[in-house]
Amino acid sequence: MKIAYKALLSGLLGATALTCGSAAMAQDDTLKIGVVTFLSGQAAQSFGVPAADGGKLLVAKMNAGEVPAPFDTVGMGGMQIELVLIDEAGGATVQVQEFRNLVQRENVDVVVGYVGSGDCLAVAPVAEELKQFTILYDCGTPRVFETAEYDYVFRTAAHASMDNIGLARYLKAQGTEVSTFAGINQDYAFGQDSWADFTAAMAQIYPEAEVAAALFPAFGAGQYGTETSALMSAQPDIVHSSLWGGDLQAMVLQALPRGLFQRSEVVLSAADHILPPLGKQMPEGVVIGARGAYGFLAPESDLNTWWFDAYEAEYDVMPVQAPYRMAQALLGLKVAVEKAMADNGGTKPTSEELAAAMQGSTWDSPGGLIEMANANGHQAIQPTAFGKTVKDAEGNIVLEDIVRFDARCVNPPTDVIALDWINEGFPGAQCD
Amino acid sequence: MNNTLKVVVIGAIAALALMALGFAMPRWLLFTATKAVAFGIVALGIVTLMRGGLVSFGQGMYYCVGAYASGQLAARYGVTDAFILLIVGGLGSGLIAAVVAPLVARYRGIFFAMLTMALSMVLYGVLAKINAIGGSDGFNLPKPTFAGFAPQDGASDIALYAVAVATASLCAVLCRLYYDSRPGLIALASRENELRVEYLGASVFAVTARNFIIAGVLAGLGGTINAMALGHVDPFFSYWTTSGEFVFIAILGGYASAIAVFGAALITELVRSFSGSYFPDSWQLLLGIFLLAVIVFLPLGFGSLWARRRVTPPPADEEIRS
Amino acid sequence: MNLALTILIDGVIYASWLFIVALGLTLVFGVLRILNFAHGGLYALGAYSAAVTVGWFTGHGLDGWFTILAMFIAALAVAVIVTPIIERGLLRFFYGRDEVLILLVTYAVFLMLEDITKLIFGVDPYYVFEPRTLLGNVEIGSLFYVGYDLALIGTAIVCGLAVWLGLRRTRIGKVTLAVIAEPEVAATMGVNVSRIHLLAFGLGVFLAALGGALTAPLISVQPGISVSVVIVSFAVVIIGGLGSIPGAAIGALIVGIARSFAVYKVPEAEIFIIYLVMVVVLIFRPEGLFKPIQARRI
Repeated sequence: MKIAYKALLSGLLGATALTCGSAAMAQDDTLKIGVVTFLSGQAAQSFGVPAADGGKLLVAKMNAGEVPAPFDTVGMGGMQIELVLIDEAGGATVQVQEFRNLVQRENVDVVVGYVGSGDCLAVAPVAEELKQFTILYDCGTPRVFETAEYDYVFRTAAHASMDNIGLARYLKAQGTEVSTFAGINQDYAFGQDSWADFTAAMAQIYPEAEVAAALFPAFGAGQYGTETSALMSAQPDIVHSSLWGGDLQAMVLQALPRGLFQRSEVVLSAADHILPPLGKQMPEGVVIGARGAYGFLAPESDLNTWWFDAYEAEYDVMPVQAPYRMAQALLGLKVAVEKAMADNGGTKPTSEELAAAMQGSTWDSPGGLIEMANANGHQAIQPTAFGKTVKDAEGNIVLEDIVRFDARCVNPPTDVIALDWINEGFPGAQCD
Repeated sequence: MNNTLKVVVIGAIAALALMALGFAMPRWLLFTATKAVAFGIVALGIVTLMRGGLVSFGQGMYYCVGAYASGQLAARYGVTDAFILLIVGGLGSGLIAAVVAPLVARYRGIFFAMLTMALSMVLYGVLAKINAIGGSDGFNLPKPTFAGFAPQDGASDIALYAVAVATASLCAVLCRLYYDSRPGLIALASRENELRVEYLGASVFAVTARNFIIAGVLAGLGGTINAMALGHVDPFFSYWTTSGEFVFIAILGGYASAIAVFGAALITELVRSFSGSYFPDSWQLLLGIFLLAVIVFLPLGFGSLWARRRVTPPPADEEIRS
Repeated sequence: MNLALTILIDGVIYASWLFIVALGLTLVFGVLRILNFAHGGLYALGAYSAAVTVGWFTGHGLDGWFTILAMFIAALAVAVIVTPIIERGLLRFFYGRDEVLILLVTYAVFLMLEDITKLIFGVDPYYVFEPRTLLGNVEIGSLFYVGYDLALIGTAIVCGLAVWLGLRRTRIGKVTLAVIAEPEVAATMGVNVSRIHLLAFGLGVFLAALGGALTAPLISVQPGISVSVVIVSFAVVIIGGLGSIPGAAIGALIVGIARSFAVYKVPEAEIFIIYLVMVVVLIFRPEGLFKPIQARRI
């Protein structure tokens, strides 16, 4: 027994000594950013790796001072940017631990990350406790700021309510007639919330429409034969889905030859990222959302043209939502860093200074204007757009009938819970 | 000195030494150590089962029940005292384990493992559906307090670490005493040969059920500690990968020792975390190699390094049939 | 159309897919006493390998029915390359050890395969479109089914019968049964036990890879496809009784039809229906539906 404790103690001491020695001190001329996103598992191909790629590319361009105006200063406030990449796999428990390691062991200055809603919800209070300036760049759940207030946590992208409110509005704008609709959404919070938001929005916009079926396949199910049969038996006018990534591609591939896309109009809230890989296999006439005005749906601007071309040149594929969302987070961070440094006399800003600079700020991104308008200046709203798939002259799938929505048309006003706003009939919505 | 006193004294000294060490640790390690200690407590439950020849692949269920019971108490009713939460978490999961125990105590080997796993996955599926407690995203809970004290920032981390170490030491001491007691030794005997144990008049069923309830309580304690440390609970606590991690740690620690699991837990956490930080694209490969290396070179776990005399390795071919 | 019939057809298609994957799992357990967690990783390797092979075939003008052949070749290639590495290089050192310990060994292999697959094939998705277009569509009631999906039912039956009859009617099959029953006695009778082990494991790998290859046309082949497969096929073989081929077939049918029923009638329960079925079956049949005979140790 005695020897046992000795072994345990010496092991602990050894680990302590090892890691204390290797912890590098942060330097003043570099800004160390911890980037957390999925590098393995089901979200790697669709979200994580493209976002990490987009981040690496944009940081390289920033460090070289090659981003167009107004982002043309070198690095962030003259500091070179260093990325520390972490895999988001493993669930919220692991992510809280890795977040602490990033802050306390790797001494990063800023954390930018999290695709998973559960990870965002778990990490936000820890960031607050550690007083660590943190940007949530992607996750969709509206609950992050609806159930808590944070000083150090920001989300630089709109939450997922926008995507489903926008879909319902898009159908109305296109003059689509809907008497019945059905849904196929993954059985976890994002899928359940998406379906709840969509049915609530439909109840307002199409009060006569009825739900024909609501299916909840497991996350990562991979086989959708039965679901396809159930959807086709129900014969709804509209099939709504917030599926994404490999699950969505499998659903499309399996349902397409069975005629689901002929029988019903399919509306997908977050599907732009499957268009480049699926290519000509993608059916026509499908309504596509991108969780923002990204890729095919992006508004014309010099910044967007530069970003689109730079990404395509580097990775030989067009940028989809994930790199756009990473880019808008990093651009917002750059604006905040430089604003903070203008205020503090040019030294590397603290978390408090960064938070003060980012709160309520606005900046241009390739996907349009980002406004930190909600949750006391911590939650972004942004314009969005939807389109319908169609084959161009060469047979490639592109989007047509693109309808843009102003940020305040599809996002709730500040301090209003998204679902309440929908159920009350969108009071104060500004649609032009 | 008699055995009981010896074990208690050693346990107390170790607890105090480890607590003192907490002050010297960098903060990130403090958190990792707290989490590892909590995992170690859960794995101690599996070690207890392993002594009776069983491995549960569903301890995530009791870990999850403990975390949800104490977490709901904290988040919904504002009870933040760490000691009350530990008692509630341990008793809550122990209660559920007591309900399940008669059901699973008949099972052996892979079927025991798979039945416990299936049960934990049913709980996972059910919790992911209940939106009132956060659905699949789970819920956050407030920082714990300690008998009226609410330490701030770093002090809170140290306090929780100390509570975790104290709980772990208490559990380890009690388990050691139980292992060396007559009922505990019957468990070890039934690992070797159940039929003989039955012929000697002992009930393997009762031994297994008792061990299962002990393991449930331990898992609930671990779940409560991690719920307090993380400030967040979600159904992933009951997912099979979580249970797999506990088994991993228990096998690494080995069934010979009640304390090796804690070292195994810390080493596993450090290997996973460092390979994740420095090789974000291939950490699974490294973790797999690490796991294989331990199984190949330390077939009876870390515990076998110092407890060789306590157990003898089974012969390569133990199939002795009647 | 009759709802019960729809549920049945969808359930049986899903069950066929499950059975092809689970067959290899139950066979490997039957012969080697290994519950192979890496089965999921081998399934993924099969899918990737099929995507590459079919691409190579169509690139060389061998399209149409040749693509089906390509999928079988791909699965065979995975079996030939991977089996010696995993079985000879690793698993054989653990024979006779605790089942749960070996499960952990294969879990380690699974983890390693996840990253190795990613290192070889990258994260970009692969596709196999052509095989699924070969058999056209079939109209049943008001629904269309893809011929390829229905053909999976036939493929599953052929695979199951081939293995089952192979074990009972061929010489090598009978020798394998002897090894399962009494490895020591078989060895003393001059049977090369390690060759039987290698062959059985190889067949298991082939079936896992074949399952992946046949699924490739239905999905986007990318990281993460291995995880859910392995847990579901575990459920199937446990329900059926480990090591039993008819058990795996019945287990797959029960799981497939239960899931199909849930999708139509209680979609909220789809996420855990499989585990629920597993719990219920194990409560009434503690070692699965088809329990192999075991000797008592005294």
